[in-house]
Amino acid sequence: MDLSIDLCGIKLPNPTILASGVLGVSRCSLARVASCGAGAVTTKSISLEPRSGHDNPCVVTYEAGMLNAMGYPNPGAEAAREEFAAVDQLPVPVIASAVGTEPEEFAAVAEILTALPFAATEIPVSCPHTPGFGLMGGHASTDAIRRITSLVRDKTKLPLFVKLPAGGPEVVDLAKAARDGGADGITAVNTIGPGMVINIEAARPVLGFKKGGVSGPALRPVAVRCVYDIYEAVDLPIIGVGGITTGRDAIEMMMAGARAVGIGSAVYYRGMDVFSEVCREIRTWMEDHGYESLTEIVGAAHQ
Amino acid sequence: MIGPRIEQPQLREITEVISEAPGVKTLVIRHSTAYKPGQFFMIWLPGVGEKPFSLSHHFEGEVGITVKERGPFTHALFSLTPGSAIGLRGPYGNGFSVVERSRRACVVAGGIGIVPLAALIDRLQQPLVIYGARSQDLLIFRNRFPEVSFATDDGSEGFHGSAVEAFRSLLDPKATDVVYTCGPEPMMRQVFDICEAHHLPCQAALERYIKCGIGICGQCCCDGYLVCRDGPVFSSSLLRQLSDFGRSARLRDGRVTTIEDYASWRES
Ligand SMILES: Cc1cc2nc3c(=O)[nH]c(=O)nc-3n(C[C@H](O)[C@H](O)[C@H](O)COP(=O)(O)OP(=O)(O)OC[C@H]3O[C@@H](n4cnc5c(N)ncnc54)[C@H](O)[C@@H]3O)c2cc1C
Ligand SMILES: Cc1cc2nc3c(=O)[nH]c(=O)nc-3n(C[C@H](O)[C@H](O)[C@H](O)COP(=O)(O)O)c2cc1C
Ligand code: FES
Repeated sequence: MDLSIDLCGIKLPNPTILASGVLGVSRCSLARVASCGAGAVTTKSISLEPRSGHDNPCVVTYEAGMLNAMGYPNPGAEAAREEFAAVDQLPVPVIASAVGTEPEEFAAVAEILTALPFAATEIPVSCPHTPGFGLMGGHASTDAIRRITSLVRDKTKLPLFVKLPAGGPEVVDLAKAARDGGADGITAVNTIGPGMVINIEAARPVLGFKKGGVSGPALRPVAVRCVYDIYEAVDLPIIGVGGITTGRDAIEMMMAGARAVGIGSAVYYRGMDVFSEVCREIRTWMEDHGYESLTEIVGAAHQ
Repeated sequence: MIGPRIEQPQLREITEVISEAPGVKTLVIRHSTAYKPGQFFMIWLPGVGEKPFSLSHHFEGEVGITVKERGPFTHALFSLTPGSAIGLRGPYGNGFSVVERSRRACVVAGGIGIVPLAALIDRLQQPLVIYGARSQDLLIFRNRFPEVSFATDDGSEGFHGSAVEAFRSLLDPKATDVVYTCGPEPMMRQVFDICEAHHLPCQAALERYIKCGIGICGQCCCDGYLVCRDGPVFSSSLLRQLSDFGRSARLRDGRVTTIEDYASWRES
């Protein structure tokens, strides 16, 4: 069964996309994930200057998911220029994630990355645990999103996705602001929170930064609802991200309105082969339930 | 398979601290675990940080880590005393693979690289052990192995020269069927090249900056492979493919640097 999709003119062999920040440090790692069946891959978010990120521990898991406080470690836009120079040799499209503290920094990074053979650009305005960025940088308001999106829009001809936070009903207004700023699509959502895990024997938060964004299964119902609301309010393609671990989860997210699905934490739960396995599970489920194409599934829950 | 797994440090008690050499200490920790030599644990000191260490000792109910003092984190480990608490999670990674063999295994250690190999040697039958250090006073576990050939850069003990030179002169390719190595990466690269020339299978324990330790963040990548999950032990077929092996590694921010600039901690 053909699972290929069109996302803003980009052809994906299947709807699974490696979410930003998971494994995407190097071109080689992205190539490996592509060989494991991902339909597209996203780089780790790149800032203008190199960043070391937060101190370890930077990841902790619990019964229902994972918390991370990586703090955007990345080699900076100049080093990325070299790292991702030949990124079009990968068998699937590669999405560049560009991040900044000031709107101008988003634009400067996007400009540098646009010169490379990426298929699309994504800008996260939604990280919950890094000072100066996302929720801790005041980026998740309608005004900030409109301004950041339009500045980046001026610098890139690539399809532009704005990655929104997992939130309450206001997520709809944020999506509209991204659209008004010139976004071609919405990525929803980033990690939620931040949350905290305390080691009670040590009487200390585990994470080096103490707080971290929550991802994995715990996030899924919130992510599904955000995608559902955005689908009703904004006529842009959506990449649905949050807790997708199985083919059933991916179908649920697409029924909420996602055209493609991002997968992050499930790389830990199921290894890199999660991409080919989720695709296999999607196919089997569609066959068992008489679906012939993904277009019948996207948005199917809106009746 | 898909159900929840929990990776959180568990607090354990230090039962003994042993001074091995100047700047090298073993911490014995009360902890029960399965363990394959070459695997590693993330050691947590609340409020200080969390870093990777292999086990040098693995007993019933007790494990040992042997630490070379390098910077802030290992300095903090050095201040611990019996009764102190220490956090650990793991074991992670693949570990060395030990198979029944007709001929002899050879072990080549450089500097603090002896640590994961020591736990391996405990499980091998009469291996040829070659262990090099800068000088005599830096050799640790001196009486632990039944048979060992020391090499020192200054000639203060055993073979006068590097572990690689000792390996080259002591290796009997026909009597050997596997070579295990751990040490500074340029040294392991040379050991591997010698193995290739003799068509001998080699297993090398690589080291890269570890953050999550569970194969999610991508920080520890060596070409497309993850040292924390696909490694830290790589065998010949993968070592041949790794263009980073012996050449380059990533700093904490992901920038690429030369292996000489990166991997100096296993020396001396
Ligand atoms: C799989 C593995 C097993 C290891 N086993 C041992 C062991 O048994 N005994 C031992 O003494 N050391 C071991 N190390 C190295 C040990 O983790 C570092 O020496 C330690 O992290 C240094 O921290 P620091 O703060 O004292 O020094 P820093 O000054 O912070 O660092 C000194 C050097 O240590 C390395 N390093 C620092 N942080 C990390 C990190 N998070 N991950 C990997 N390397 C790092 C870098 O090369 C750095 O240049 C191992 C490393 C790895 C990857
Ligand atoms: C370890 C880790 C690092 C992440 N880093 C980034 C990042 O750099 N940029 C970003 O936009 N999102 C980042 N995220 C968020 C993910 O892309 C994703 O939105 C979130 O984890 C929810 O999806 P999941 O439940 O499938 O993991 C990170 C998530 C994790 C777990
Ligand atoms: S340290 Fe995070 S993937 Fe290996």
